[in-house]
Amino acid sequence: MNQLKKIQYNCKQATFLIEKKLLTRITFREHIELRIHLMGCSVCRLYGAQTRVIGEMVQQLFKSSQPGEVKLDDNFKRDLQQRIETELNKN
Amino acid sequence: MNAVSNQLDPHTWVKSHADYLYAYTIKRISDEEQAKDLVQETFLAALEKVDKFEGKSSERTWLTAILKNKIIDVYRKKSSGLRKDVQEAEHEQEDFFEPIDGHWRSAHAPQAFGMEDVDHLGNKEFNSILQMCMQKLPALWMSVFTMKHMDDADTALICSELKVSPSNFWVIIHRTKLNLRACLQRNWE
Repeated sequence: MNQLKKIQYNCKQATFLIEKKLLTRITFREHIELRIHLMGCSVCRLYGAQTRVIGEMVQQLFKSSQPGEVKLDDNFKRDLQQRIETELNKN
Repeated sequence: MNAVSNQLDPHTWVKSHADYLYAYTIKRISDEEQAKDLVQETFLAALEKVDKFEGKSSERTWLTAILKNKIIDVYRKKSSGLRKDVQEAEHEQEDFFEPIDGHWRSAHAPQAFGMEDVDHLGNKEFNSILQMCMQKLPALWMSVFTMKHMDDADTALICSELKVSPSNFWVIIHRTKLNLRACLQRNWE
């Protein structure tokens, strides 16, 4: 099996390159290999579309502060502020 | 210090920033007790650095930077088990793909499940499934993945902080996304 055939049928390598390409530059050769694979593989094309959306969602998730979703309980906060006051009074 | 520079007011820190810092932490470290500890440690460490605050950033940004370093410390402490994690990742990869030709195994081939045509960026239900799926990841994959996506950290920095080789870094990223995608497909209807 020549190199071209290998990538053409190797979904493991293709999805690996899809992930790499989302985060960094891939080489020209890798780029060509990926394109050839995707032309003939609808499953990996679907994977690529889905994983790109997931990446965007993850980034969105980290960026948004989403106030009110998780909160510390009031007792913990009261104790914490008291601890800070104690430290401040030391000086 | 000029007149418009930011000021610190430790008397209002908890009221103003504790919930924000806690939410910031829990997204990156899905352990409530550890997250609480980190928030507390952040405030106490900040108190000792008050003198060094130059007013160039907002109080919240300054506190978040201290917290961020503490989170990376936690990631680093977990990195001792990383090698095993990567071996596991490479081994389990065979679950998704045929070992001989790298083809998708039919049971694992991605299917359209509606995530392609809905706006998920504002979809709370989808986000909570995503968070649940991320929490299932091995701690170290989560660390690598989170560092890369949360602040767009440099790959070389992540590799050195977590003692991962560049090739293992990509194995982890690949494996993480394969798992997240599969988990989302399983749980989304």
